[in-house]
Amino acid sequence: MDGPPVVALDEVSKSFGAVRALSGVSLRLLPGEAHALLGENGAGKSTLIKTLAGVHRPDAGQVLVDGSAQRFSGPADALAAGIAIIYQEPTLFGDLTVAENVFMGRQPLGFGRRIDVAEMNSRTSELFARLGVKLDPARPARGLSIADQQLVEIAKALSFDARVIVMDEPTAALSAHEVQRLFGVVKALRDQNAAVLFVSHRLDEVFALCQRATVLRDGEFVWSGELSGETPDSLVRRMVGRELSQLFPKEDTTAGDVLLSVRRLTREGVFTDVSFDVRAGEIVALSGLVGAGRSEVARAVFGIDRPDGGSVHVRGKKLKYGSPTAAMAAGIGFVPEDRRQQGLVMDASIERNTALASLGRLSTFGLLRRSSERALAQDWAVKLRLKFAKLSDPVGVLSGGNQQKVVLAKWLARKPSVLIVDEPTRGIDVGTKAEVHRLLSELAGQGVAVLMISSELPEVLGMADRVLVMHEGRLVEELSRADATEERVAMAAAGQVAR
Amino acid sequence: MRNLLRWETALVFLLIVVALTGQVSTDGSFLSGGNLFYLGLDIGEIALIALPLTLVIVAGEIDLSVASVLGLSSALIGWLWNAGWSLETILPTVIVVGALCGAVNGLLVTRLGLPSLAVTIGTLALYRGLALVVLGDTAVADFPSSYTEFGTTPLPGTNIPYPILLAAVLAVLFGIALHASSFGRSVYAIGANEEGARFSGIRVKRIKLILFVLAGAVAAIAGIVYTFRFSSARADNGVGLELAVVAAVLLGGVSIFGGKGSLFGVLAGVLLLGGLRNLLILQDTSTEVLTIVTGLLLLVSVLAPSITRRVGTLRKAHT
Ligand SMILES: Nc1ncnc2c1ncn2[C@@H]1O[C@H](COP(=O)(O)OP(=O)(O)OP(=O)(O)O)[C@@H](O)[C@H]1O
Ligand SMILES: [Mg+2]
Repeated sequence: MDGPPVVALDEVSKSFGAVRALSGVSLRLLPGEAHALLGENGAGKSTLIKTLAGVHRPDAGQVLVDGSAQRFSGPADALAAGIAIIYQEPTLFGDLTVAENVFMGRQPLGFGRRIDVAEMNSRTSELFARLGVKLDPARPARGLSIADQQLVEIAKALSFDARVIVMDEPTAALSAHEVQRLFGVVKALRDQNAAVLFVSHRLDEVFALCQRATVLRDGEFVWSGELSGETPDSLVRRMVGRELSQLFPKEDTTAGDVLLSVRRLTREGVFTDVSFDVRAGEIVALSGLVGAGRSEVARAVFGIDRPDGGSVHVRGKKLKYGSPTAAMAAGIGFVPEDRRQQGLVMDASIERNTALASLGRLSTFGLLRRSSERALAQDWAVKLRLKFAKLSDPVGVLSGGNQQKVVLAKWLARKPSVLIVDEPTRGIDVGTKAEVHRLLSELAGQGVAVLMISSELPEVLGMADRVLVMHEGRLVEELSRADATEERVAMAAAGQVAR
Repeated sequence: MRNLLRWETALVFLLIVVALTGQVSTDGSFLSGGNLFYLGLDIGEIALIALPLTLVIVAGEIDLSVASVLGLSSALIGWLWNAGWSLETILPTVIVVGALCGAVNGLLVTRLGLPSLAVTIGTLALYRGLALVVLGDTAVADFPSSYTEFGTTPLPGTNIPYPILLAAVLAVLFGIALHASSFGRSVYAIGANEEGARFSGIRVKRIKLILFVLAGAVAAIAGIVYTFRFSSARADNGVGLELAVVAAVLLGGVSIFGGKGSLFGVLAGVLLLGGLRNLLILQDTSTEVLTIVTGLLLLVSVLAPSITRRVGTLRKAHT
């Protein structure tokens, strides 16, 4: 674990227009170590990684590999130098199969230099087996859940046998089970002397995996050192620069009328016979492994997908199948899991994105009131502590966590009476996470019924009044707040229900 | 957004260049009142159809059947006139038929999920075929002069032809729809990220259908203008005009991939295209060359965004 760094950044600076994303940041990555890169949303972590990958060219400073300065002109150069990178936002080709995505540009060739599809699929299956996931290598990438997309990106990075693996929030949508498997694989890589750079806002993961860490704040280097002498609180203090309570448990409310009622909802091959109620003032968590069908249930309730059977009632009124517009009219809001594809229009500005689900109430006789639109965006930007330069900037230039805040703002701005949130804090930093939790709790206090899907167990246990657990497309367990322990949720998610 | 503004500034600049070279090379007749009147008449139909087509393309779709709808509406006018209908009933009928043609396009695209390129290439042939069935290769020309004299006389006291007045009024309406209304916001969102628009509760299919219907209706109106301007209803009126309209829209800075563009840019694009064509006609250029120029402009406007991007990254890489 000692020796000279495999990869180092030396006094690297990078600006985007007036935004200084990195100023004079240094980092040393040693062989055989897992190194955490920490900081709040917008601190510059992804920018640092993209500089390492040659996506961005540093304005000043340099990237060193094995002690010699590099001028990467793109990710291909970084790969050639043995650096594999998993970016924060998965970028798969939807029309290609999962295996083709994994082996993009270097498909194994068989007889007559034709692509050996069978070989490619079986090698992809092996990679998935190492990660402990069941995913069909031959299916097209389009339509994969965000967690599955992340797993494909991870498999792709692993397939390179790289000396350095950089992972920008690889676990953000994964549940405990997949995270454990991933860590197993990463530890094996470390034993082979590979170096790992790991970004996560889940500090328990950081402590479970990493030996050292580097902390950034507002693009500046703050601290680097051994994790053994640190605690989660001390790290947060370094990231934020002040004390911060990490978890915001939900306040108790008395549950009111049933607002959302789902009965025997079925979508063939995806989920079966799902029934549950959510009452006013309640936060109900939908838990389970990746692929258990949680997001799919949420999509069907909101009308994105047409169920094959069953019903959804809001305040006792039956919802039309397959119509998001009807769901919204009934008072449902839905924060989807995939902000790039589903949550945002990347090229459109922050204010336009914030307003996109509220166009009706922001216009008079169909004409949009620009000032109201701006006021709405401004208001929520402050509430969610959005880090941005101008509200008219495209949302795509925001950091990942800040993009997530815009998705939240877009839906909270509608003041829904039933709020469905799918991984609401994916990629959001500790401080803001507590803020989002406080907001959700406050909404519940005002009588909103909240259905929350989350892969993060502490979030589920801290926020939910009731926990519903899905396994392979069925609801297998319902736990009250008092009964919900890490163990029981994990058992049920794995399909072992003690009755 | 900033890119777009720069593109529109470039267009205005190009317009001035074309106007000045035109003025010099024709010894001052290019910008004379008489020629401006004919220039205006000449771009009337293109300007009209470009308006709804801009919205269609911003929404990420395309309609290549518009010129055939124009021809069909011209043929219908002639046929119904021969059958003894009054023009007061013929005109609304023709517009409704145009809207129906658009609805067929829209339903095929939204209900069956077919790509609009394929659908409207099909209906391009279909509607033109129907026009030929309706009127054959005859021409109907005996319309009352009260309907046709706008082809020779401008608005009183000006050099502005009536179709341009109509296009200006519609341009204001479409401009408001695209740039100031919630409908327009939805159109941009659909073009930039259709799935994201659906997840925001936007009625993607319904909006697309409306856009195709508008394109059909306005193409029929352009057919009326065309017919009376030449005082001739023919099934082959406006053959190939879709090319000029698409070229003008793309030249105006609308992205062929959807989600980007402004109506102001499109109007500048129409003027530029029309001005160039008019200038070439003044210099007795053949129609083949005109088509070639239109085609080249189309290519340039499709290529321009990727070229500027390439140049931009190259420049960045060198600093
Ligand atoms: N292409 C870009 N253009 C303009 N600004 C950018 C661009 N990329 C990043 N930024 C800005 O640089 C800053 C740092 O962003 P970065 O994505 O590195 O943050 P991060 O630490 O990865 O945050 P998160 O935890 O939210 O992912 C942010 O203020 C962001 O808005
Ligand atoms: Mg990031």
